Amino acid sequence: MIAWFAVLAERGRFIVSGPYPADQRWRLAVVVGLFAALYVASAIPACWRRGLLAAWLLVPAGAVVIMRGGMLGLAAVPTDVWGGLPLTLLIATVGFATALPAGVALALGRRSRLPVVRLVSGCYVELLRAVPLVTLLFMASVMFPLFVPANVTIDKLVRAQAAFSLVLSAYIAEVVRGGLAGIPAGQYDAAASLGLGYWPTTFGVTLPQALRASVPALVNTFVGFFKDTSLVAVIGLFDLLGTARAVAVDPHWLRSAPQIYLFVAVIYFLFCYVMSHGSRRLEAWWRDREAQ
Amino acid sequence: MARPRGAVKGLLQLEIQDLQAWYGDSHVLRGITLAVRRGERIVICGPSGSGKSTLLRCINGLARHQRGRVVLDGAEIRHDPRSLDRARQRIGMVFQQWNLFPHLTILENCTLAPMRVKKMSRSEARVLALGYLTRVRIAEYADRYPGQLSGGQQQRAAIARALCMGPGVMLFDEPTSALDPEMVQEVVLTMSELANDGMTMLCVTHEMAFARRVADRVVFMDEGRIIEVERPDAFFDAPKHERTRAFLSRLAR
Repeated sequence: MIAWFAVLAERGRFIVSGPYPADQRWRLAVVVGLFAALYVASAIPACWRRGLLAAWLLVPAGAVVIMRGGMLGLAAVPTDVWGGLPLTLLIATVGFATALPAGVALALGRRSRLPVVRLVSGCYVELLRAVPLVTLLFMASVMFPLFVPANVTIDKLVRAQAAFSLVLSAYIAEVVRGGLAGIPAGQYDAAASLGLGYWPTTFGVTLPQALRASVPALVNTFVGFFKDTSLVAVIGLFDLLGTARAVAVDPHWLRSAPQIYLFVAVIYFLFCYVMSHGSRRLEAWWRDREAQ
Repeated sequence: MARPRGAVKGLLQLEIQDLQAWYGDSHVLRGITLAVRRGERIVICGPSGSGKSTLLRCINGLARHQRGRVVLDGAEIRHDPRSLDRARQRIGMVFQQWNLFPHLTILENCTLAPMRVKKMSRSEARVLALGYLTRVRIAEYADRYPGQLSGGQQQRAAIARALCMGPGVMLFDEPTSALDPEMVQEVVLTMSELANDGMTMLCVTHEMAFARRVADRVVFMDEGRIIEVERPDAFFDAPKHERTRAFLSRLAR
């Protein structure tokens, strides 16, 4: 049994942390701890207050600072050796934090009274949902540099992240639009009859209800997207699945592939489970609070 | 102090002049003219589909009329968002399905518009809202959510929510039609108290006891037209028009 898991004892740390310098791995432990705390806190309804919103901005920003270094007395580590679980968590979290507001804006845009806004957001959503994510990743990694001057270089990780956030925002826009469409006309009537204009009606009345109704579908989208971050492997970034594959094809560990993939699956499962469990708890909490 | 019915009312407050509205091909309002004085209590009744609700909704611009004018305190209510939002602050509306905001507590339902529209501070709005919630006798439920209240309580909360904007006119669109019978009375009582305080009211309702007791005038509508406008005693005891008689006999049955 112990021999069966020998690969994890030997290579487990590489799978989790990627090619990051071994003597700096404690920084990754801090980063993973921060992300794990953020996800767990988000799954606890009592933590749902303004501070959590700030945490969703501060934790990814802090993670980047810690991993990148070059300040606060931390040695600089270039992004091409970032990998493993921290990279997966970073892409996913930055994706959620950027795509949710963008998706909400797009959803509102698709229902706007202004035809131009409606058209632009409609085209954006339809276009990005129609293109396979892998295609966009290739475009971001291979084609994008061809279109900018040679002296302009944008980090590959940043380009991949942008592709993820753009696509996710289109999916979220559709989920939120569905939530908005489910708001009864009476809610708009009541808000209008009180003299509430467009923005107070949206942010005070309709959007909160729409987002709440969308939580199961949003979390479903997030869980799917969390796993889709593994697609960055195709452009040469070593996320959690990428490092696992690197070990699994190592001739020395060739027969340990099942253990390796099982190990990675357990990690993915833990994070996805926290998300779906949190979604259910949140729904139950709202139900208990607001119904008899 | 209850103001005696039929006493001299204030000045002209709301004028509806030759109002016409279409939904697609159907001509739902075919020229409605009605002048309402300050403090007047008007009950509008008529068979379903007669345009009663549309008339109310045209007054505060929830529905659009294509011809005619609505004049509030001497100024026409136009359909541009600014004019509408201003007018709506002076016209309260209560709906058949009460339409409380389910994600907010009763108190938050009442404070939302005063804070967002009138820019009141939270504490000011709170004091104001609790005052009105006390008047409709549900102050003890201020921190509950709408889903935890009975229909009658929710409708009274909706009345308080409308009153928090300090409207000069209140529109009631079948406020008791969706209520269980045992809850109708508490809402009717609240409306009667409001009438006694001198609020200008236009009520679409089939509560004929309320009409008899409270209304200054009863308006009978059918097929988008006003058929008859009478004081309640004349309306109920000696209806002039054949259609009014038919409607009243159907209600009595």
